Amino acid sequence: MSAKLEKLSSLLTEIFGDKVISLVVDRGEVTLEVAAADYLAVAQTLRDHADLRFEQLIDLSGVDYATYGDGSREGLRFAVAVHLLSVSHNWRLRLKAFAAEDQFPVLDSVFPVWPSANWFEREAFDLYGIMFSGHPDLRRILTDYGFVGHPFRKDFPISGYVEMRYDPEAGRVVYQPVSIEPRENTPRIVREEKYGDVGHG
Amino acid sequence: MAEIRNYTINFGPQHPSAHGVLRLVLELDGEVVERADPHIGLLHRGTEKLAETRTWVQSVPYMDRLDYVSMMCNEHAYCMAIEKLLGVEVPLRAQYIRVMFDEITRILNHLLNIGTHALDIGAMTMVLYTFREREDLMDAYEAVSGARMHAAYYRPGGVYRDLPDQMPQYEVSKWKGADAVRKLNENRQGSLLDFLDDFCSRFPRYVDEYETLLTDNRIWKQRTVDIGIVTPEQALAWGFTGAMLRGSGIEWDLRKKQPYEVYDRVDFDIPVGVNGDCYDRYLVRIEEMRQSNRIVKQCIDWLRANPGPVITSNHKVAPPKRESMKSNMEELIHHFKLFTEGMHVPEGEVYAAVEHPKGEFGVYAVSDGANKPYRLKLRAPGFAHLSAMDDMARGHMIADVVAIIGTMDVVFGEIDR
Repeated sequence: MSAKLEKLSSLLTEIFGDKVISLVVDRGEVTLEVAAADYLAVAQTLRDHADLRFEQLIDLSGVDYATYGDGSREGLRFAVAVHLLSVSHNWRLRLKAFAAEDQFPVLDSVFPVWPSANWFEREAFDLYGIMFSGHPDLRRILTDYGFVGHPFRKDFPISGYVEMRYDPEAGRVVYQPVSIEPRENTPRIVREEKYGDVGHG
Repeated sequence: MAEIRNYTINFGPQHPSAHGVLRLVLELDGEVVERADPHIGLLHRGTEKLAETRTWVQSVPYMDRLDYVSMMCNEHAYCMAIEKLLGVEVPLRAQYIRVMFDEITRILNHLLNIGTHALDIGAMTMVLYTFREREDLMDAYEAVSGARMHAAYYRPGGVYRDLPDQMPQYEVSKWKGADAVRKLNENRQGSLLDFLDDFCSRFPRYVDEYETLLTDNRIWKQRTVDIGIVTPEQALAWGFTGAMLRGSGIEWDLRKKQPYEVYDRVDFDIPVGVNGDCYDRYLVRIEEMRQSNRIVKQCIDWLRANPGPVITSNHKVAPPKRESMKSNMEELIHHFKLFTEGMHVPEGEVYAAVEHPKGEFGVYAVSDGANKPYRLKLRAPGFAHLSAMDDMARGHMIADVVAIIGTMDVVFGEIDR
């Protein structure tokens, strides 16, 4: 671990104390996980604290942990991963928070802290159905007008539910149930560690 | 007295200067923009979801199709993310090749941007000039990968193959006679590096030509100076990166600040704007092309002197050579496993970012140890830039909206994903 990452992680432990659920330094990156209730306050401090100064929200993405690994994972389903960048200190941080409820995931919007979160949160809402309370304009962004469902959830099939075509008799575009079936060419496999090494199994 | 109402118009998705499929709903008070509401997603293909159903390597060609004017830079970020997860070292020669092609891609991208931006706001000729040079660079793409645009050349662990010793030649046809073909093939007699070397020596003169057309052009200045001013504070708050951030006077370039590959070994400068308007961003892009040309030149010199492997020898990540696959049982198994099941990437999450021509292109990859990504998030620079459209366009005339779209350098392949 480089001196810079060490400094950042010790700063984070010092400043946030027991708000930290986990603080992982892995592959040269720092990941800070906080509870949904602390999420907005932590974000505010991350931007304004003179030793941290994360001026930029680079990316915000939803993650659905429903089918993670071999399926033995316990815990909440929807998370938001925010990638922050400090131009003045030249360091990065990943801030993660899990939404408290799986049925109706809600998190605070960080739009008041970083205006660039606007569209990223709209995207996470559109694709994962995560609600952001306090967002000024939470509309769908990438999917079609009138789209039903949240397509990036793990229980949404890759081919979707409806397809669209031009109907020459009706003289307009119509929606109908999909006529193709999802096809998997390469199955998804999780192997044990060191699989295929010489002398292993 | 007649009631005065604001007028709402649809700008695009079929407007020629909407750069693709942008539907911009503009609320106008006379000719002044009161509110701009971009509707995106008309080109949404669900790349990130598709990647979850394919093995890691199978998604490389999808990356080309994100920002389809800077193909190799997208692949670069994706391959870097996988390499970071795996902890694989990339051979030095492959790193130089990647840097060289990243910079070629940067020139390609800026040429398209400046050409079309000028075309949008009335300078017809520019696009003809810039597309002439794009042709040469696309030939370099073709020589190395077989495709002029969607290369799929970068692979996890290196690049697909070494640089070719020959350039493809023009052939006599009913459109091109023997004399024309001889002239076209003049600089294609040697290797790819010779061809690029020749291009690098010609290119600064071409940039001078662009500058004589635009830099002091009265119309160009009237259309871009003081249009779409972004202050440094705004640029940071809106998540701007790349030329959009540097145009506002913030010295930030990942190639200098968080160097990846061999950017710390090559010599180049970072141009920075002063006023943060469309004109400054144009000047930044022009200077970036000159600097990219310098980097390409240095890479050519290094690559000429230093042969070596271009992809990792770890055969759990990169396929073995064809000959050894045919003669060695072990290698045959590696080959078979790689092309049926694909590589297994250890559990974890990473974010890898490159200084893409448009800004910071990042890949956030979550792996649960399977042969496919669990979650792949692509951070497109244009997405953040376009989200500031409302703030940037408000109070400007409707004709300036075109200048602002042009300066943002939007490409819908990456914004809609």
